[in-house]
Amino acid sequence: MSEEGVNPRRRRLLAITSGLGVVGTVYALTPFVLSMMPSARAKASGAPVEVDISKLEAGQLLTVEWRGKPVWILRRTPEMLKSLSAVEKLLADPESAVTDQQPEYAKNEARSIKPEVLVLVGICTHLGCSPDKRLDAGVASGLGEDWKGGFFCPCHGSKFDLAGRVFKNVPAPTNLVVPPHAYISDTRIIIGADQKGAA
Amino acid sequence: MQKLMTWIDERFPLTKVWKEHLAEYYAPKNFNFWYYFGSLALLVLVMQIATGIFLTMHYKPDTELAFASVEYIMRDVDWGWLIRYMHSTGASFFFVVVYLHMFRGLLYGSYRGPRELVWIIGMVIFVALMAEAFMGYLLPWGNMSYWGAQVIISLFDAIPVVGPVLSEWIRGDFVVTDATLNRFFAFHVIAIPLILAALVFVHIVALHKVGSNNPDGVEIKKKKGPNGIPLDGIPFHPYYTVKDIVGVTVFLMLFAAVIFFAPELGGWFLEPDNFTPANILQTPQEIVPLWYFTPFYSILRANVYNFFWIDAKIWGVIFMGLSIVVFFLLPWLDRSPVKSIRYRGVLYKTALAIFVVSFVILGFLGTKSPEIVSLFWFKNVYWVQAFTVLYFAFFFLMPIYTKLDKTKPVPERVTWK
Repeated sequence: MSEEGVNPRRRRLLAITSGLGVVGTVYALTPFVLSMMPSARAKASGAPVEVDISKLEAGQLLTVEWRGKPVWILRRTPEMLKSLSAVEKLLADPESAVTDQQPEYAKNEARSIKPEVLVLVGICTHLGCSPDKRLDAGVASGLGEDWKGGFFCPCHGSKFDLAGRVFKNVPAPTNLVVPPHAYISDTRIIIGADQKGAA
Repeated sequence: MQKLMTWIDERFPLTKVWKEHLAEYYAPKNFNFWYYFGSLALLVLVMQIATGIFLTMHYKPDTELAFASVEYIMRDVDWGWLIRYMHSTGASFFFVVVYLHMFRGLLYGSYRGPRELVWIIGMVIFVALMAEAFMGYLLPWGNMSYWGAQVIISLFDAIPVVGPVLSEWIRGDFVVTDATLNRFFAFHVIAIPLILAALVFVHIVALHKVGSNNPDGVEIKKKKGPNGIPLDGIPFHPYYTVKDIVGVTVFLMLFAAVIFFAPELGGWFLEPDNFTPANILQTPQEIVPLWYFTPFYSILRANVYNFFWIDAKIWGVIFMGLSIVVFFLLPWLDRSPVKSIRYRGVLYKTALAIFVVSFVILGFLGTKSPEIVSLFWFKNVYWVQAFTVLYFAFFFLMPIYTKLDKTKPVPERVTWK
């Protein structure tokens, strides 16, 4: 480009004006971008849910809704609990080392407060499908005779044991989430709140 | 009449545009069957916009009402079933036509210089079309709509650091809800169609700047007559407008046959799971996108191993993204001295055949559960992995095999009997 006849002062002013124009445009776009974030109403609708588990038999699974997600409550049988140590070597994170996936009080082998009662968010940590419940061991599960019971995500083939711990070499990176929960009494639990209060 | 035209031409270049893009746009005289799909894609775009406008008159973008409003269109609105089936069948036909249009580019090297930008703009159209189809699929609020959206939006979660915030921003909530449905409606009916229309315009402007390729892959502009018109060129109007009308007629017959006799096409165009309303507690037995996404969906779930401290989930997303991005690079991956498959050697022909087979098989396996054992005692997921490797090999080995390939001499002018 020819520099002839260019007034350097005007060139400089033009550059400054354009720069300010870009800044102004970014400011003007901000409200539109932020308007797409979860609204105040969406944020407020995450109240804890109380569940009566007195009628839940051993081996049964109850699904409730919390924050628009399915939450499973499974009362495990002694055999189911025994299977947890049997599959340990096949798991990616048997010790529940990834801290975001469960509250501190569920960081144990059974991933629960009371060993038999498992509370899990029923959403696969891969891409958010809700896994199938394949609680029975063996061929009947459709997952081969070595299957000890657990959860199988039909979307992308991820497998979890009966504590929601993820198996190795499946697409899901982490264990299923244990939501904050607490016992109000022996037969009532609250999901979405710790013993201390709301999460 | 002549006076009116002069009056307009003094104020708007009507005659000039008509001549430049139709009456005096010289296209190669040897176009064949594969050259129908560009104009057919334009036809389907117009049909989708027209039927879409009439659907929005009755549809309600609200999680409580959406599913029922679609059924209302199907049962109670006069001719509503026809308009809805035209729209849903049109979506699948759009992809049929666009995939064939893209395959034509691969056959005759239409992506090669000087048409790189025509190809790249076309690829952007393809990506926009995928977004349009994906968002449209949520609107009926069927169970597959819901879980499909849940899965695809969760893809963004895989992005390190910003992922979770980004997916909340896309959904407008912590899970797919009313907020998501409403914004997808906005994107589907106004934002993306506007972008698509603008891109199609630019696609055609770029094409008319460089001129159309042809089945021989020779540049007709190199041989011009004394009047400056390419010797092998014929005016687009009336020659190709008339040819395209034949294509349109045959296309509409097929299209009507599907609408009237098999609008769901056995679950390939409308999935059975989408005839039940969205249920946030129950994933369908298998979450399967519609057929036009399944090759990419297969590649997404091909990766089940953690490499280099990066989760398998992120690798899946990276590979799926890459499987689309590589198409953009085609003009620079291809090092062959010839464009058209007619003058290419056995290497490229074999590679293209393997690629097409891989693409189709990946598409088919994308509709099946990954854990099921299919052929020769291999689980589906192993087959998917094998064909994913072949898919990428077509692109990444292209600089090598196109250079080694034994090409035939290209004629000076187009061949035409």
